[in-house]
Amino acid sequence: MAFFFEVLVTGLMVGIMYSLVALGFALIFKASDVFNMAQGDMSLLAGLALVGFLELNFPLWLALLCTIAIMTVLAYGTVFIVLKPLVARPPIMLFMATFGLAYMIQGIGQSIWGTQAKGLNLGIPDIPVTIGGLFLSTFDLTFGAVAGILVVILVWFFHKTRTGRALRAVSDDHEAALSVGIPLLKAWAVTWMIAGIVAVVAGIAWGTRMGVQFSISYIAYKALPVLIIGGLDSIMGVIIAGLVVGAGENLSEVFIGPYVGGGIQTFFPYLIALLVLYFKPYGLFGKEIIERV
Amino acid sequence: MNEKKEPILRAENITISFGGLQALDGVSLVIYPGEILGIIGPNGAGKTTMLNIINGFYKPDKGRIIFEGRERPKKMKPDLIAAQGIARTFQNLALFSGMSALGNIMVGRTMLMHSNIFSQGLYWGFSQKEEIEHRRAAERIIDFLQIENIRRTPASMLPYGLRKRVELARALAAEPKLLLLDEPMAGMNLEEKEDIARFILDANEELGYTIALIEHDMGVVMDICDRIVVLDFGKKIAEGTADEIKADPKVIKAYLGEAGG
Repeated sequence: MAFFFEVLVTGLMVGIMYSLVALGFALIFKASDVFNMAQGDMSLLAGLALVGFLELNFPLWLALLCTIAIMTVLAYGTVFIVLKPLVARPPIMLFMATFGLAYMIQGIGQSIWGTQAKGLNLGIPDIPVTIGGLFLSTFDLTFGAVAGILVVILVWFFHKTRTGRALRAVSDDHEAALSVGIPLLKAWAVTWMIAGIVAVVAGIAWGTRMGVQFSISYIAYKALPVLIIGGLDSIMGVIIAGLVVGAGENLSEVFIGPYVGGGIQTFFPYLIALLVLYFKPYGLFGKEIIERV
Repeated sequence: MNEKKEPILRAENITISFGGLQALDGVSLVIYPGEILGIIGPNGAGKTTMLNIINGFYKPDKGRIIFEGRERPKKMKPDLIAAQGIARTFQNLALFSGMSALGNIMVGRTMLMHSNIFSQGLYWGFSQKEEIEHRRAAERIIDFLQIENIRRTPASMLPYGLRKRVELARALAAEPKLLLLDEPMAGMNLEEKEDIARFILDANEELGYTIALIEHDMGVVMDICDRIVVLDFGKKIAEGTADEIKADPKVIKAYLGEAGG
């Protein structure tokens, strides 16, 4: 039984990291109905930048600040240069624009910091500890805690501050938001900036785990089933779905995998996503769109 | 009543067309501070288009808007116009449905709050004081519109009549210099209409709001409006007090059709 819980908890810890990536998608989708293909590349850029600044012997806090500054510039640039001319166009056009953005971010990041895979060591020990009879990695626990704190801050920010409320207002109704004086593009830019900060945390989490390298941008695809399960526009939903996917893939790999020769992990999340699509097309927590005909 | 005062808003010669449809054709109107102006007319007369131009959703092809004595730049964005002090409600409700009634009202006050994103993030000093102060103001509006018992209810769960009231609350919360109401009583029963009419009158008389409203219920319009402008097929056909409008042959024709025709 202890083994089961160890597998479960390890899965949940990975799941939190999926949630982080999916959270970036959900934030932007909620505010602007754009599915941002560049979310994974934003994490890659954040990781590359952070390593780059650390290599210049910046202290960690300064390197983090500089990375967040880069993500902020990127957010405002994206909204005011790439998206502004496309406002009120069909969503598919904005979607395609983010595709281009993904390649640009990747290219720019790699031309500045190189294509070499780089280690990112924040000095968090990766040793197993025993908690309540379970063997757990301190590393996983640290990032679980960081992700948890980030989520709490975000939820609080969106519900208790003026800017947070304004962002939610924009995601509910563009016209009404304009009519109470909320500037649409600025609200989008702030949303992209927050998604950028989330990408920094995701970039660090994944970068320390598997090195800062090109393939970080692929974790975006891991976030897809999470988004489908949780519902594209639900922050709470994607967090829970991330946990479900993480736990699900780990449990299935360990307990079902041996019977079929392993490798279940890679497609198991999509299987859950398919089931969810079949029964709840807007995701477990997504807003159902009811249209009058 | 306020003829001697300088108008708060002057729309001059407003013309706009959508494709081949001439929605407004050379319409001028003025709104005086402290009055309730009614805008009436048959369906498709251009009433909502006029409000959309005043609050900046549409840009007129011709004509100009002068607000508080200054001409509005041609391409001014609606959020900046809202920041100047023009608030509105919508014909087909536009509430933030994911938020509570209170949340909607607090968003209405966005323009009156000034602390920046970083101090909000930290919730220190000024930012916290500001939040509490505006929460108090929101409570006064909740009190005024008698929606105390639904302040925590998500807007999407409210019945239609109350949603309309929350939308009015959100607009009032912005403490606008000019309040535009697009059919505030549409789809309500008599009792609900009387409630809203009383709130509008109180907002005007007690709180001093300047209001321009569109409404189809003639009885209500005649009762609460100081002046009335009548639009028909994109043109202004009459303007005056309730009694003048009632007696105007052009208005009677627009509403009842050609006599004997």
